[in-house]
Amino acid sequence: MLQTKLCNLNLKNPTILASGILGVTKERIGRIGKAGAGAVTLKSLCHEERQGNSNPTMFAYDGVFLNAVGLPGQGIDSALKDFQRLDNLSVPVIGSIYGYRIEQFDNVAKKMASLKPAMIEVDISCPHLDYGKPYYADAGLTAEVTKAVKKNSGKIPVSIKLSPNVYDIKEIAHAAERAGADAITAINTATGMVIDIDAKKPVLANKTGGVSGPALKPIAVRCVYEIYETVKIPIIGTGGVTYGKDAIEIIMAGAAAVGIGTGIYYRGIGIFKKVCDEMEMWMKKNKIKNLNEIRGCAHK
Amino acid sequence: MTHHETCRTDIPKMMEISKVVQEGKGQKSFFFNHHMDCKPGQFVMVWLPDVDEKPMAVSYQSKKEFAFTSQSIGKFTNEIDKLKKNSKIGIRGPYGNSFSIKNNACVVAGGVGLSSLSTLIDKLKNPLVIYGARSRQHLIYLKRYKSRNMTVTTDDGSFGKKGFTTDVLRESLKNNKNKIKIVYTCGPEIMMKKVFEICNKHKIQCEASLERYMACGFGICGKCMINDKICCVDGPIFNSQQLRKMHEFGSFARLKSGRKVTIKEYHSVH
Repeated sequence: MLQTKLCNLNLKNPTILASGILGVTKERIGRIGKAGAGAVTLKSLCHEERQGNSNPTMFAYDGVFLNAVGLPGQGIDSALKDFQRLDNLSVPVIGSIYGYRIEQFDNVAKKMASLKPAMIEVDISCPHLDYGKPYYADAGLTAEVTKAVKKNSGKIPVSIKLSPNVYDIKEIAHAAERAGADAITAINTATGMVIDIDAKKPVLANKTGGVSGPALKPIAVRCVYEIYETVKIPIIGTGGVTYGKDAIEIIMAGAAAVGIGTGIYYRGIGIFKKVCDEMEMWMKKNKIKNLNEIRGCAHK
Repeated sequence: MTHHETCRTDIPKMMEISKVVQEGKGQKSFFFNHHMDCKPGQFVMVWLPDVDEKPMAVSYQSKKEFAFTSQSIGKFTNEIDKLKKNSKIGIRGPYGNSFSIKNNACVVAGGVGLSSLSTLIDKLKNPLVIYGARSRQHLIYLKRYKSRNMTVTTDDGSFGKKGFTTDVLRESLKNNKNKIKIVYTCGPEIMMKKVFEICNKHKIQCEASLERYMACGFGICGKCMINDKICCVDGPIFNSQQLRKMHEFGSFARLKSGRKVTIKEYHSVH
């Protein structure tokens, strides 16, 4: 009922662990697969080891989750040793990568591809100043990164993860598709800030961070809806999906698969199974036999 | 479909320090007039604006107040050390699992690790406490546990027995006159690993409170992984059965970046 085709992947269900949440160790990946995820995305890796920001790096209140972890990671070289290969695990694994400069995307993509992940996701939301603008905010730069990664990934499908912090996400998605992207992951977090009025300071050590959780969902649904009207490649709809009804909603906007990250905070690792059960329940009640019947139906 | 789940809140609340107690050299307990509903072995996240946020074990707990005990060992704890009565800092929690509470217990503590075991000791019926530190000035809670059955060791012999807690534990379990059925431990990981091994040899249950670099405290960021366990939610307390399967216990830990290194390298950084 929930089988999902995403590029050349056949997923047992559309739920995918989003990047940046858990998934650090090889042993853990198996546990997330057993918990019911259709696929697992690793934390983003770049060409070097990064310690990330100081704490506080994350907190939550009233359906808002804010984080500024600062892209910590062991670096691709250390990950090669840690994982060895990614194609022999109990669940399809998506390798998430980023770089500061185009050459670094080249290099990291090649190394990630050698681990044989089911898909490579490219985090272009890392802000850096080499080009005056972050990659995600510029259609030309997005296309350049996409080409660099595609060139080094062989037959492994590549998904470009977009940021909602742009004027026109359609333009960026279109640029990624034209440059050869096989899929779009939409969306990354939206930039926000929370100030503690007793401390009289922003709570995050980084001051600003990314909003996720239920507060992000309407933004994600809007972005997926807009991207679906613009591109033909599949979309991994990500942002605030916590319940089965949220997954149905984002699929109606046009998502092929559904990313779940912060939802784990609210419902535990059992969220994958819970969301799938809730989706099936809704589908049965509404006499829907498979997800293709409702995908993008909100556009009609 | 229920939606109360998304009301979950984990954000620091600024709280006023009601009392500061000097416990030892560079060790202080910070009290708050607030009931912290927690179990022995749980911890809170302590936020010092502009500095950092770190986990601290709840070391005193009553209906009226709670405290944590900090030892100055780095930038964060040095700044904590400067705090006075009426200063405000951010607290969230409690977090983590807790010790089982079983009698016929022995508690083995090393250094400031005693603070993670103190609310457990308060709840146990006459446990045998084995407590060690480098030297006399590093010992805490001596007055607090004056009436307890406590054996103190120091590495340099400046107080109590000269030697290590593990020597005393080995001796105590040899004829086991105290009929010890469970050993609770917290302190340097090398010590805890030895305690665990001694317990294994004597087929006695052990529970150890482990420490790893933490950021969220609620199981999401994945920084504190030990094998497939998340230290902040699956732990920080692990029992013998779990420890046996955790090959990283006593050997490896992950840096803030997530890179796995030896415990020794980890402690030279964190």
